[in-house]
Amino acid sequence: MIVRIATEGQFEVDQAEYEAINDLDSQCVEAVEAGDEERFRQLFSQLIAMVREKGRKLGDDELVHSDVILPPEDTDLEEAKQEFTGEGAIPDSLIPGSG
Amino acid sequence: MPGLGGRFSTVVKAKISKLLDRAEDPQETLDYSYEKQLELLQNVKKGIADVVTSKKRLQLQSGKLEQQVVKLDTQARQALSAGREDLARAAMERKVLAQTELQSLDQQVKELEDQQQRLIENEQKLRTKIEAFRTKKEVIKAQYSAAEAQVQISEAATGVGEQMADVGLAMQRAVDKTEQMRARASAVEELEAAGTFEDITALGEGSDDIDRQLKELTSASAVDDELAKMRAELGTGEGEKPAGELGAGSAPAETTEERPQ
Repeated sequence: MIVRIATEGQFEVDQAEYEAINDLDSQCVEAVEAGDEERFRQLFSQLIAMVREKGRKLGDDELVHSDVILPPEDTDLEEAKQEFTGEGAIPDSLIPGSG
Repeated sequence: MPGLGGRFSTVVKAKISKLLDRAEDPQETLDYSYEKQLELLQNVKKGIADVVTSKKRLQLQSGKLEQQVVKLDTQARQALSAGREDLARAAMERKVLAQTELQSLDQQVKELEDQQQRLIENEQKLRTKIEAFRTKKEVIKAQYSAAEAQVQISEAATGVGEQMADVGLAMQRAVDKTEQMRARASAVEELEAAGTFEDITALGEGSDDIDRQLKELTSASAVDDELAKMRAELGTGEGEKPAGELGAGSAPAETTEERPQ
């Protein structure tokens, strides 16, 4: 499974980790919904750390698409909230060729 | 919450996928992608230059503030040794203010450095991917049938497309940060223009009684210093009492004269 941490890079993560990642990911969303900044920060750092730790960093010349894309590490609660309601950490407009 | 469609990563991925799905004709994707990739690479370079410029500006301000802190500190000492606590306090207040700004500026410079570093890494990554894409493009054109080529191209284009989106994102974040800092830098400049961090004697308008007194104090002590120097050269004391060295046994009279208060 290929996981991208936005603005950082792609990691190849064993399929066995999928559940754990999925679980943390869902918990992050719950924290965002609850507006719990501290909890969100904690869970999200855990999620990022897990991918870095368990994953193998892909080479820059490997051209593969990701199965999972996580927002940038420094995403704050406000951006995370907007991710679900508006443009969020990944605004549609910034991607070349999208206009 | 409206639009809550699912997990974090799903939402993020869906956005990028949507954008990547737009190109249909693989040949078009190939050329269009490559063109766009090179274009974006230029933009990243500009983005980096922008961050560097902002950083330099903040560093310049930081340097100026450092000087002011030293100057105000010296003034506070002067005032205090002259027994003028009110003036010393005024100078210290400005010093503390300048120091606070300084800390905040230094923090921002550090943040910008991180952004710069991240952009440089991303630029390198994208450059490598674009090169890999170019190579693959040639191989695909030469070796594959149309159907196979379509699959190959689409995978390669998605790989680069994702990277493009990612670099775009890194750049956007750097630009946002830079803009915040610009606003901050302007605010500091306004404070500077208003004389907030000026050393107390150099104040233009709004120069109040305290400033005037400190100015007098400074010049008074300068006069004292000059007189002391002169006395030392002449080897005399106060003039009316030339007993500086001779009367060493007597009371330890201070040689500094009374200041006009």
